[in-house]
Amino acid sequence: MSESLHIDWTRCRGRGVCVELMAGLRRDEWGYPVVVGGGSDLPIAPGEREAAEDAVALCPLLALSFRPSSAA
Amino acid sequence: MSEAFWALGRASGVVLLVLMTISMLLGMVTRSGRPLLHLPRFGVVLAHRNIALLSIVFLTVHVGSLLLDPYAQLRLADVLIPFGAAKSPLAVGLGTAAFDLMIAITITAMLRRWIGRRVFRAVHWASYALWPIAVLHGITNGSDGRSGPFLILSAVAAVLVVAVGAWRLTEGFVEHRRSRTEPAR
Ligand code: SF4
Repeated sequence: MSESLHIDWTRCRGRGVCVELMAGLRRDEWGYPVVVGGGSDLPIAPGEREAAEDAVALCPLLALSFRPSSAA
Repeated sequence: MSEAFWALGRASGVVLLVLMTISMLLGMVTRSGRPLLHLPRFGVVLAHRNIALLSIVFLTVHVGSLLLDPYAQLRLADVLIPFGAAKSPLAVGLGTAAFDLMIAITITAMLRRWIGRRVFRAVHWASYALWPIAVLHGITNGSDGRSGPFLILSAVAAVLVVAVGAWRLTEGFVEHRRSRTEPAR
């Protein structure tokens, strides 16, 4: 089972920390993170687990969490 | 030997003023969601956290050495319960109050994932009380608290914290302010 990084947009205030750490995220015009392909769940690539853990730990608003991704 | 405890207590107090000031400033920059010069946003968050934790180390040295210093006449209770010290209760009490706040702020920050955001943020706000209390403690209780160099250091720290604090209250503080208040095109 693979995991994804979930952004809780109701908590996020677009502080941009996670976008610096995760290549698969970009900022929309308000500064909020979105998954490059769209949506709020970023599948975690094999080498990115550590960066994702950093993002979860450093988000100032506790808006990031790990979720099992639905099999695609 | 007791001279050494006193010197250690004094030196760690000065280091604490510097570390707590930097931590305050970095905390406010974190809140703004902006990078700092060449430091990326996650670097600002990390630096804020690590410098705050480093000040806990110096706080332990500070309180520990003054407990061991016979001249300070500090009892164990004075470390936790403010304004009861035998010698200069008010000035020591400010330090005790700052110590208690610092412990509360640090523990809730470390447990923020479990205690929830509301409690974490409410307690973290106390930093704005902690910092001036700690500075006042340094000035009133430090052996050289009213000496020129220490007052200058405190004044510089105060100017920085007040300046960044004032910026925090302005419109332009958070990033993307413009696109957030104007309708998107
Ligand atoms: S780090 Fe947290 S608050 Fe900042 S943009 Fe990412 S999810 Fe939002």
